[in-house]
Amino acid sequence: MNVYDIAIIGGGVVGTAIARELARYRLRVALLEKETELAFGVSKSNSGIIHPGTSNPPGSLKAKLCVEGNRLTRKIAKELGIDVKEVGELIVAFSEEDLARLHEIKKDGEALGVPGLKIVDRAWLDKHEPNLSKEVIAALYAPTGAIISPYRWVYDFAENAARNGVEIFTDTKVESIIRKDHGFELIAGARTFKARRVINAAGLYADEVCGMVGIRDFKITPRKGEEFLLDKKRENITNHLIFPIHTKTSKGMLVIKTSDGNPMIGPTAEDISDKEDLSTSREGFEKVLSSVKRLVPSINGDDVIAYFAGLRPVAGDDFIIRHEDKAPGFITVAGIQSPGLTSAPAIALYVVGILKKSGLRLKKKIFFHKHRKKEVHLFAIPLDATKKLIEKDASYGDIVCRCEMVSAKEVRDAIKRGARTMDGIKFRTRCQSGRCHGSFCTTRVMKILAEETGAPVTSVTKRGCGSEIVKEDRSK
Amino acid sequence: MRERDLVIVGGGPAGMAAAISAHENGVKDILLLERDQYLGGILNQCVHTGFGIEYFKEVLTGPEYAERFVKKVRDIPSIEISLRSFVVRLSRDRVLTYLKPGILETIKAKAVIMATGCREKTREMVHIPGTRPAGIFSAGLAQKLINVEGLLPGKEVVVVGSGDIGLIMARRFTLEGAKVKAVIEIQAETRGLIRNVVQCVEDFDIPLYFNHKISRIYGSDRVEKVHVVRVDKDHNEISGSGFDITCDTVLLSVGLIPENELIEMAGAELDRKTNSPVSDGLNKTSIPGIFACGNSFKVYDIADSVTRDSELAGKLAAEYIRGL
Amino acid sequence: MKTKNIICIECPQGCLLSVDHENCKVLNIRGAKCPKGTAYAITEMEDPVRILTSAVLSEAGALKMAPVRTNKPIPKKDLFRAMDEIKKIRLKVPVRPGDVIDADFLGLGVKLISTRGTTS
Repeated sequence: MNVYDIAIIGGGVVGTAIARELARYRLRVALLEKETELAFGVSKSNSGIIHPGTSNPPGSLKAKLCVEGNRLTRKIAKELGIDVKEVGELIVAFSEEDLARLHEIKKDGEALGVPGLKIVDRAWLDKHEPNLSKEVIAALYAPTGAIISPYRWVYDFAENAARNGVEIFTDTKVESIIRKDHGFELIAGARTFKARRVINAAGLYADEVCGMVGIRDFKITPRKGEEFLLDKKRENITNHLIFPIHTKTSKGMLVIKTSDGNPMIGPTAEDISDKEDLSTSREGFEKVLSSVKRLVPSINGDDVIAYFAGLRPVAGDDFIIRHEDKAPGFITVAGIQSPGLTSAPAIALYVVGILKKSGLRLKKKIFFHKHRKKEVHLFAIPLDATKKLIEKDASYGDIVCRCEMVSAKEVRDAIKRGARTMDGIKFRTRCQSGRCHGSFCTTRVMKILAEETGAPVTSVTKRGCGSEIVKEDRSK
Repeated sequence: MRERDLVIVGGGPAGMAAAISAHENGVKDILLLERDQYLGGILNQCVHTGFGIEYFKEVLTGPEYAERFVKKVRDIPSIEISLRSFVVRLSRDRVLTYLKPGILETIKAKAVIMATGCREKTREMVHIPGTRPAGIFSAGLAQKLINVEGLLPGKEVVVVGSGDIGLIMARRFTLEGAKVKAVIEIQAETRGLIRNVVQCVEDFDIPLYFNHKISRIYGSDRVEKVHVVRVDKDHNEISGSGFDITCDTVLLSVGLIPENELIEMAGAELDRKTNSPVSDGLNKTSIPGIFACGNSFKVYDIADSVTRDSELAGKLAAEYIRGL
Repeated sequence: MKTKNIICIECPQGCLLSVDHENCKVLNIRGAKCPKGTAYAITEMEDPVRILTSAVLSEAGALKMAPVRTNKPIPKKDLFRAMDEIKKIRLKVPVRPGDVIDADFLGLGVKLISTRGTTS
């Protein structure tokens, strides 16, 4: 059996960012994901904010990696052909006391190296953020607050990593790890992966994976966040990301712009015990709605088109990123909650540093394909560009999803790039994510997926085995 | 840019009736755009009877009702039919862009009739929290899966809402061999026709719960159960009244909303509550020369009314064009 | 003698009919505002019938499913037997609306007819 130099456990934004970074070197790398597709764990419910790096405790790993990650995200996003929208962030003050806090946050942020911070007054807000509550007296403006599509970010990292030789295995849940002289044996169902080093980026399950090599000094507590998506028609309800002043446990309820246009409100923050509990509640909805109405009074509950919940993998106040001396060659990357998405590229570099320190000799590949061809999203390009695309490939004119204007060509391309489930197609193309919830396009997308993968339509799933969309086919 | 006298968006019952009527009222150049590969719209999946009783004084199925208009539209040379054509832009001055395989076309119309129908309300619009597993369908999607694709979406079904589509689908699932465990209606009485309550629910002894709602959906990969509670007249949950129903499918039939995103894009005013165009008369929008008919103007109970009112839209558009 | 309340579905008025019956025979009907109601109650109590609509598999033509109906109502008790039959049908040639798929469906003397053409 071949031995991998490195096995990464977990195909979220952290695991895939690390995979892409390691792909520069002459290493044999495997990435193992328990779900049917990448980004199906913590990353899929990320809000997509690229945080400027304020509001993190000075001296923490978070604080350092967030500011660095913010910068790196822009650079890598260009290489990988994904849009980072520079919307900027406002933390708002309702009172003189709040304003004093903003000055402190500004000072702390500047000390961390957050660029461009400035306090803006009511007149500025009237001009640049007209729907903001008139009770807001001032705000801290952070121009480097930005947005990205969190799942497409994961898929782009993974695609580029794979292009550079990283082997990706989905539906591969590591159940136990055996330490051997050469390193580790990872048992995943009937398969065994041998690896000299292991990187544990298992998100909510990082504590359990650590437990497999005898490390039990931390526990992951899922912190649930319920979020609510508004109709795309309300895209311009705000021009910036709107934050209240944060508390100890959370950044508070936000009005978020997302990369595909739909504003998002939330999240709640509730520590729970079940790592699979992605349910939303009426209380959560009401709480979020009333909190964000305080920021932007014109937000209307009737505009909400989707509910979802995500779980932040919390392990204390800071990230845990370390080499485990008790299990040489095993590196833990755990507790990557907010600002994890922003920090991911910096975490990847940090992990490379740890690998070097642990004695791994890193030799760069002669050629590293750092660029990735940007995929087409009709909804994001002007009509004359669409016209040219349709002239080249007629199926760009074959619209599958009416709400989000997604063509059959985009759906087929997503499948060619690795989508295997209805959710995988949704995350990549936005098909089914609009106001009709896929009532119109589901049948067509199912048929395309079955056709492209050569599988019967009854085997099409929402997000992997057990979530089949239909039960029976009359013709079978 | 090509110019056309009349462009009709949507080839369902509304669009076809409007096209025929516009022709009968003297419009010589009509382009009918339909996004599907067939005319008929949603009627194609409504294989049940109940159509045509008022308009034709006959009991027809959806496809049969559609066929009568398809034939007529196809026989009128001045109506050009463009299928698989999806309108993506509409402006106030009636410039319209549509895509179809291989083509992006922008045209200027003297008048436009929007016959874009309606969409089904989603789970979020009636605030049902819980998880998001596979097995949650709008009634219309389930209808399409069964009747057009020959696929059975689930075996143990709970229907939310006692509107006609929900009732008809309760019967359809039952006849296909699935078990419909309940129809849950938040109101004190059905929103559907009496004949559908009798023939779709009572015929098969399906429990119909009035003054009840689903307060939560459970299941991680696939729907596993729903929690149902009784509500008071203001639709507040009555504590202690809850019970679970195990099921693998939740079917939502909780109302329809006119599909008017295109005229909204063009700047027409919409009623915030109903999503219908704000109008000073049947089939008119706040933009001169842009008309709306059928379910995109307002949600009708029966297709016959859609046909009748859409005929007026064709006439109005013809008068508008004549007056230019 | 027993009494059953049923709602007439002949028109949107929906009269509530009180039907006295014994051994599947109607004895008396109250509440009908027109003769249609009386007739409805008798059929509904003595021999309820329904038009069956469904779809059958089509192995020819452009559509996977061809919608069908019975040309006349069939006994309610035969609905599931009829569905079993419908599920077995595989159309080998394209059909037009109105084409007869089964001239004596289930031996009931009713026709099973196509309600939509299966060619594009």
